[in-house]
Amino acid sequence: MHDKTLTEQASLLKARSISSVELVDHYLERIARLNPDLNAYLCVDEEGAKSSAQAADKALAAGNAGPLTGIPIAQKDIFCTKGIATTCGSKILQNFKAPYNATVVDKLAQSGTVMLGKANMDEFAMGSSNENSFYGAVANPWQRDRVPGGSSGGSAALVAAQLASAATGTDTGGSIRQPAAFCGITGIKPTYGRISRYGMIAYASSLDQAGPMARTAEDCAVLLQAMSGHDEKDSTSSTLEVPDFTATLNDKLDGLRIGIPKEYFGEGLDGDIADAVHSALAELEKAGAILKEISLPNQSHCIPAYYVIAPAEASSNLSRFDGVRFGYRCENPQNIDDLYTRSRGEGFGDEVKRRILIGAYALSAGYYDAYYLKAQQVRQLVSNDFTDAFNEVDVIAGPTTPTTAFKTGEKTDPISMYLNDLFTVSANLSGLPGLSAPCGFSEGLPIGLQLVGPVQQEARLLNIAHQYQQITDWHKHTPEGIA
Amino acid sequence: MALTSEDIAGIAHLARLGIEPDALDPLAKDLSSLLDLVEQLQAIDTTGVEPMAHPASASLWLREDEASPSSERETLQEPAPEKLDGYFLVPRVIE
Repeated sequence: MHDKTLTEQASLLKARSISSVELVDHYLERIARLNPDLNAYLCVDEEGAKSSAQAADKALAAGNAGPLTGIPIAQKDIFCTKGIATTCGSKILQNFKAPYNATVVDKLAQSGTVMLGKANMDEFAMGSSNENSFYGAVANPWQRDRVPGGSSGGSAALVAAQLASAATGTDTGGSIRQPAAFCGITGIKPTYGRISRYGMIAYASSLDQAGPMARTAEDCAVLLQAMSGHDEKDSTSSTLEVPDFTATLNDKLDGLRIGIPKEYFGEGLDGDIADAVHSALAELEKAGAILKEISLPNQSHCIPAYYVIAPAEASSNLSRFDGVRFGYRCENPQNIDDLYTRSRGEGFGDEVKRRILIGAYALSAGYYDAYYLKAQQVRQLVSNDFTDAFNEVDVIAGPTTPTTAFKTGEKTDPISMYLNDLFTVSANLSGLPGLSAPCGFSEGLPIGLQLVGPVQQEARLLNIAHQYQQITDWHKHTPEGIA
Repeated sequence: MALTSEDIAGIAHLARLGIEPDALDPLAKDLSSLLDLVEQLQAIDTTGVEPMAHPASASLWLREDEASPSSERETLQEPAPEKLDGYFLVPRVIE
């Protein structure tokens, strides 16, 4: 049952060939057996999952089922879940139970999905390897001594290991696409504002965006449909109409203009990845697409701009963790300053501290113009590059990551870790949709093809990835040891 | 640009972030190399470029200014480490 895609499982549920209770029990057994080695789930809500599955089976029997009714999923532990622990991968939220659900959690529950549990992640979504989780690293199912990527590393690993039909993720600088690439699955970060951020613990509010992670582009389309839409609880949530993401999956690619940024194929890109991406582009060309070399002249400035803007926003967002209203409080505070300082010092991990400090520095008097304002101007230049490119082409394609999954513990220098996001941060800076789909292997490790489109063009990205998955089978490969 | 461990202690104080004394030096080193990376922004000509704060700046909307029921205080205070009679408890602030 677990080797079927979400869409295939939904057909079986609808035909009453399997029940949601059976499917949930099946995954619960797999999680109990396989998760201890992977550490992809932080908590499993067995009771809640079983009762949601029973409700789903009733809806299926009554003929009230939607495309997701009875489908078991995992939620990244960044989404608030009422009554179930929400840790965000941090010690500071170790015992935190949110008083309300995130809009994403409510919407997916309303569409009939069954939440199996919460997925491990880098603390406060800061990281590219999942090694920054207070609750321990996650193993990559393809090679257990390697990282699954991050920050949605638990989500990616559990989808690849088939411990749920799909999972949610969030992406601030690549946190859906990079782990999707490292784990050989498909993930999409939609346009900024497409999905409500209400109840999604904030890292960098002008960059954060939720999205689905699943085995295929078709599965992602179904999930994205359920997650999208305006929410009056999020003032940045888009009021634009949400298109039917599945309706255009089968559109042909004839005449599609794909831009290939020359800056994506320079120094630092692994040779096998370059070859796999070029082969994928050749497949798309055979399917009718027209390839065109383009330039994104400010590409090399994305990482420096991101590492000013994201920490600056983080230092502001994370000031809410003060040991007063929720979360960890230090023992025996001597005074209010001691309470703030020690609660935060003891509750946050190293990477979170680094980003709070650099953010506070960049925002401090005397440095604001030189760092923060300058980075925002460069952000505009990065965004302008895309505007110019989309005058010539319909979408942009390239590698998702410069390398495949690296070994756990291998990258000790923060800067070398940051370079993982080389090709992904520009979509966040510009608010554009980006997708990663499997396009090959290097020494047994998956490679991701990234597609970036103009605002609101998620349907086009999903269409291209779906068509690619009709003519290739990279997305069908599965890791060993997950039977 | 090199930050010293004194600089780090100063920023940490502003951010009310407790840092162990032996962590100051490694942090100074890490953050200095990050600043070196960020420094390359200074070479970019951004004359006349409007700073971009937000990708949604054109589409931000406001809801109607109508009163609506708010969540119950008790529910929202549930996760507080220490509370009493609807208040959050902290160490004495005024002597």
